[in-house]
Amino acid sequence: MAESDNIVVETAEKIFADLADPQTINNDKTNAWQAPLWQALSEAGLPLSWVADDLGGSGASLADGFALLNAAGRFAVAVPLAETMLAGWLLAQAKIASPEGEMTMLPATPKDRIGLDADGALSGRARGVPFAKMAKHFAVLAHGKDGISIALIDTGKARVEAGLNVGYDHSDTVTLDKVQPIAIKPAPKGFEQTHLMLMGGVARSLQIAGALESMLDISVRYSNERVAFEKKIAKFQAVQHNLARLAGESAAALAAATSAADAIANAKSFNDEIYLEAASAKIRCAEAAEKGGGIAHQVHGAIGFTMEHILHRYSLRALAWRDDFGSESYWAVELGKLVANRGADELWPLVASR
Amino acid sequence: MTAALRFDPIRLPEKCEQLRKEVRAFLAEEIAAGTFDPHQPNREDTDAPEFSRRVGAKGWLGMTWPKKYGGQERSFLERYVVTEEMRVANAPTRRFFVADRQSGPVLLKYAPEHIKMEILPRICRGEICFAIGMSEPNSGSDLFAAKTRATRTDGGYLINGTKIWTSSAHIADYMIAIFRTSPPTKENRRHGLTQFLVKMKQPGIKVNPIGQITGQYEFNEVVFTDHFIPDDHVLGEVDGAWKQATSELAYERSGPERFLETYYVLTELVRAVGPNPDTRSAEGIGRLVAQLHTMRRMSVSVAGMLEAGKEPVVEASIVKDIGTVWEQQLPHRVRDLAAFVEETATNRETLERQLDFAIKTAPKLTIQGGTTEVLRGIIARGLGLR
Repeated sequence: MAESDNIVVETAEKIFADLADPQTINNDKTNAWQAPLWQALSEAGLPLSWVADDLGGSGASLADGFALLNAAGRFAVAVPLAETMLAGWLLAQAKIASPEGEMTMLPATPKDRIGLDADGALSGRARGVPFAKMAKHFAVLAHGKDGISIALIDTGKARVEAGLNVGYDHSDTVTLDKVQPIAIKPAPKGFEQTHLMLMGGVARSLQIAGALESMLDISVRYSNERVAFEKKIAKFQAVQHNLARLAGESAAALAAATSAADAIANAKSFNDEIYLEAASAKIRCAEAAEKGGGIAHQVHGAIGFTMEHILHRYSLRALAWRDDFGSESYWAVELGKLVANRGADELWPLVASR
Repeated sequence: MTAALRFDPIRLPEKCEQLRKEVRAFLAEEIAAGTFDPHQPNREDTDAPEFSRRVGAKGWLGMTWPKKYGGQERSFLERYVVTEEMRVANAPTRRFFVADRQSGPVLLKYAPEHIKMEILPRICRGEICFAIGMSEPNSGSDLFAAKTRATRTDGGYLINGTKIWTSSAHIADYMIAIFRTSPPTKENRRHGLTQFLVKMKQPGIKVNPIGQITGQYEFNEVVFTDHFIPDDHVLGEVDGAWKQATSELAYERSGPERFLETYYVLTELVRAVGPNPDTRSAEGIGRLVAQLHTMRRMSVSVAGMLEAGKEPVVEASIVKDIGTVWEQQLPHRVRDLAAFVEETATNRETLERQLDFAIKTAPKLTIQGGTTEVLRGIIARGLGLR
């Protein structure tokens, strides 16, 4: 998705270019850029892309929303756009209308659990919740004795301990102690926390792929400008081969992420094939974030290690996104178990089915 | 964006899945009949002429070519399915693989009509085997340093010189080779090479086997001494082979054979760890499967671009770079994990035997058909670095 091919992405890219330019943001120490960016995104209906009109959203397709997240990754967008989209998507699963404003979702890792008690109150702790501190509402996936429910709560009812991920974005701990939700409904039959994690993982994969595309772009540009030993560093074979590897990692991340997005957008249910696609995307994109980001830094030398330079906006965020909705090692264990459980002779049919 | 690399999520159409079932059923019959053992990966030693004919009879060779040359006019994606199923099954494809993938398409494009009518149907029937004559003792990755001469004579050319590392030359009926017809010019060092169709097993050609570190003899030295090639066996422009060599590379470099060469050790590892793996094994297998899935999706995507008539040379080079590095590392990663497999695993010996072979095979994977260094040079050019 190197160029925009739909109206949602075109709209978003225009807003990002005007209000989320990485260099401008990087120079701004006051966070004054955040409010106008969020306002423009909201006016365009982008944070609630995945929410139908009758539930308060703009009703874009899953595919368009995924393409939007890839574009957001290309700009390393640091407002809760992905989080609000995912929260709206989660609420829509139970036909709960989305409110206006920033949202995020609980839990944000596979192992955390929010419980629902007999009085309809929610309790539990969720770690690593992206942008919890900036959100007005939480969409919550809760386990009760009758199965899984989806709820909307006011963030004022929760205790939020602020934290930062390695990309300097909010990654907070949220504790619920007998919180009464604004709305709560049972999740559709068969819906599991794993589905939310896979969906979140694909969102992060697309963002990582987008960040890598930009890292490749700025690294190539820099290597064609920077002169050392009396020639552009782009002319050194060692640098060329490093950049070729970065292109490979960027391409692999993009292929894995867009394939998983396409799979989910066209899926009727979360079966083994979707699991393979989504888990693989998170694993492979996380690996690419490490290898590709490392090369981008190597090409830039010391300047890329400064706060002044924009490279870290992409490289550190891509690394941070690895941790959300289950790390690559978590998904590798789960995917490995699934493959082993299906048996050796069912591995190739699974891979070939995609 | 500098680099508009695209890997769109192409899906194989429904007709491919029907074909896949047919190929699997055919291979299962061949295995049952004892034609080959899917657990024995060292198939490269195996020449299976009868199997080759049966694959041809199925219509699975030259399947994308025009019907008048014996082809089926089927899609590139259908050919992709046949190729990957054969690879994964460890089927003995050596006799027909080069002709089907590479030599046939070159003939289709550059051979005179009567040669096409004579040879292409025989490739489709699985009757003939091809080799590729590129490397020479002092010309490997640097293709344009080739020195083997084609000297003008009455009605054709006389060939003198030596090709080397020529896979299958010892069983091949034909070779497509490049020979020097003129010296390079000052302006263009790539000038002066011409592509020829060589009929093997003829006077003036001597094939000497070369032992490989796997213990096999699949490549050869081919010595030409006043070997005569008639004029109508010239393929394309005299002195202009360099213009013809590049467009086929996308086909050669992006296929499933570029990451499935050592795949069998992964299957066998999954069998050895059983249905309830420990955390370490599960994580190792999960990562390898995620990487495999990603490469296959990239490779299918390139196949889709080829089907759409594009020439994704950079994308194909990326697939071969990542794919061959992966299949090279795979036996070592599997070996890491195999260290923890229970002594009681029933396929332990099979896995060990396979690892032994895969580890010896691994070094060649990033050399054959375009080294990693050459590929990264092509990618760098695509990025605008050279």
